[in-house]
Amino acid sequence: MEETGGSRKKALKRKSATEEPQEAAVVKDEATESGVQPPKVSAFPPGFSISEIKNKQRRHLMFTRWKQQQRKEKLAAKKKLKKQREALGDKAPPKPIPKTIDNQRVYDETTVDPADEEVAYDEATDEFASYFNRQTSPKILITTSDRPHGRTVRLCEQLSTVIPNSHVYYRRGLALKKIIPQCISRDFTDLIVINEDRKTPNGLILSHLPNGPTAHFKMSSVRLRKEIKRRGKDPTEHIPEIILNNFTTRLGHSVGRMFASLFPHNPQFTGRQVATFHNQRDYIFFRFHRYIFKSEKKVGIQELGPRFTLKLRSLQKGTFDSKYGEYEWVHKPREMDTSRRKFHL
Amino acid sequence: MAAAGARWNHVWVGSETGILKGVNLQRKQAVNFTAAGQPRREEAVSALCWGAGGETQILVGCADRTVKHFSTEEGRFQGQRHCPGGEGTFRGLAQVDGTLITCVDSGVLRVWGDNDKETSDPLLELRVGPGVCRMCQDPAHPHVVATGGKENALKVWDLQGSEEPVFRAKNVRNDWLDLRVPIWDQDIQFLPESQKLVTCTGYHQVRVYDPASPQRRPVLEATYGEYPLTAMTLTPGGNSVIVGNTHGQLAEIDLRQGRLLGCLKGLAGSVRGLQCHPSKPLLASCGLDRILRVHRIQNPRGLEHKVYLKSQLNCLLLSGRDNWEDEPQEPQEPSKLSPEDTEADELWASLEAAAKRKLPDLEQTPGAFQTRRKKKKRPGSTSP
Repeated sequence: MEETGGSRKKALKRKSATEEPQEAAVVKDEATESGVQPPKVSAFPPGFSISEIKNKQRRHLMFTRWKQQQRKEKLAAKKKLKKQREALGDKAPPKPIPKTIDNQRVYDETTVDPADEEVAYDEATDEFASYFNRQTSPKILITTSDRPHGRTVRLCEQLSTVIPNSHVYYRRGLALKKIIPQCISRDFTDLIVINEDRKTPNGLILSHLPNGPTAHFKMSSVRLRKEIKRRGKDPTEHIPEIILNNFTTRLGHSVGRMFASLFPHNPQFTGRQVATFHNQRDYIFFRFHRYIFKSEKKVGIQELGPRFTLKLRSLQKGTFDSKYGEYEWVHKPREMDTSRRKFHL
Repeated sequence: MAAAGARWNHVWVGSETGILKGVNLQRKQAVNFTAAGQPRREEAVSALCWGAGGETQILVGCADRTVKHFSTEEGRFQGQRHCPGGEGTFRGLAQVDGTLITCVDSGVLRVWGDNDKETSDPLLELRVGPGVCRMCQDPAHPHVVATGGKENALKVWDLQGSEEPVFRAKNVRNDWLDLRVPIWDQDIQFLPESQKLVTCTGYHQVRVYDPASPQRRPVLEATYGEYPLTAMTLTPGGNSVIVGNTHGQLAEIDLRQGRLLGCLKGLAGSVRGLQCHPSKPLLASCGLDRILRVHRIQNPRGLEHKVYLKSQLNCLLLSGRDNWEDEPQEPQEPSKLSPEDTEADELWASLEAAAKRKLPDLEQTPGAFQTRRKKKKRPGSTSP
């Protein structure tokens, strides 16, 4: 029964797998009777799985054969379904929507209902109320961690062209807790600190100044202007419009308002520039574009400006105080990331 | 209906927007109560305590220095009094023999008489020292209070005694670098059946003091975590405390040996209020993440209920009653409504039974909670 290795492959492919049941020490009669095409299930004793074959080559062969069989069955099923749809024509039931992680998202109980008065009052009187009531206009200070390298410095410069009324200062090893009172006395409304690790920016701390919340983000996929393909000319001094996408939960609302309060209220539409903060699956994508309406329905966009991705790590009530501050939300991976379909923003 | 059912609420939570929320965990409802009908941030609730007469009255200390009386029987605010003096919000509220004890941030502790006139002077005033973070009343001796705060060591005061504290704690020895260890007492509890007190500090220490011993320094010190501990409560057994810190980590610490017994998961924000039930192994916690959670502390440890309450929660009161179900007999209700009520109760009871068949550490269905807005006008009394 034992053939040479070379011929074994052909034998296995054609014959029913008579050798396997012998290894398992129980031979079913159906195996020899079934002929050329072995029906897989009845050819083996129950409880047998391909992974029990100790010989790697034979096991691999069995697996590839099983895989091909599966693929064929799947293709056959698809064809059959397609034929049925064509036969039914107009009466065919609508195609089922494919399940994606986004549409299987676990419903978050903190999702904000626009008609909710309590949440509306909470938002109307929170730390950003003075911005949204048009009482203050933003003035941003952008800085980095100490001794930044080239990429971070250039990112800061580009960010300051994107965010109007922002100033970049060199960190000089100063403590944030000492910088913040000075900023407040000089009427800054927000502080952005770009953290750098191994010559690339990897974190962002956004602190709203008088006594507002501090958000700490992980930053990834940073692309400076020269790394963006097919980009437009540098942004002008016009105040951009803002797009905040998909910030649905209460936490998302807080973060969205933080981003909105970075930009002045009155966008200059002649500049045709727009900054987008798009939240998807708890990642916030920042893009800066210039758009032009070619007709009523068609828009052309050019990407200007830096692009990066943020993920919220913590939202702290009060200005920056990571040791003694009280946190409104902290990301805890082992507790919060257990489900692939649950998102917090 | 909601007002009448207010006495059966299990947890009362005060929020930063000035709303007092009553949560009924059996019926899975949360009801808002406001004094003026609208939430106001100036009235942010900073302290809650039970009033006289069991659990029928709640004293609500607000940020505008008023203490409001809320009746759980009737489900509405009944009156308020203004308690001026000192600066800052209320850090402790207690009542004894019809008098009201308040302590504010700047260290002014006042005992107010029973009359609702607002221009009355306090019966007693003590200066406790600036930077008070908590004032706590001894449940066994209601005239004894303890205060502590940032750079304000623990002091135990007898309000019927002299103006000097009965016990003044001493700071621990200098640390291994010979530097003074800073003091920041965030929460204080009296241990039952002894004179001991437990404090939790902003430097993540849990300390036990014993006024009966000649030692003024802490008798036991345990540390947990790296973040300031903000709230603390005693467990039913009396041998351990549960502490919460600014990162939302809850831990049970044994006071006999000073070691960590276990942690509770779930909170995402700073813990502002913690309370254990006196006999059942249940712990209610609230915090800045706007969610009230009720955990089971033992066999097995896990989350029982989770309620989203839309505003940042500052403090809570857990009803200590043993009968967790609603009393079906309510003679004020017309007889027409009672069959519907009992049917509804049976419906909910059957749902409860179904839910309990699951693993106990699964959360209750959050979608089943409804929050109803309750605007209550005060009966026209003097406004501040």
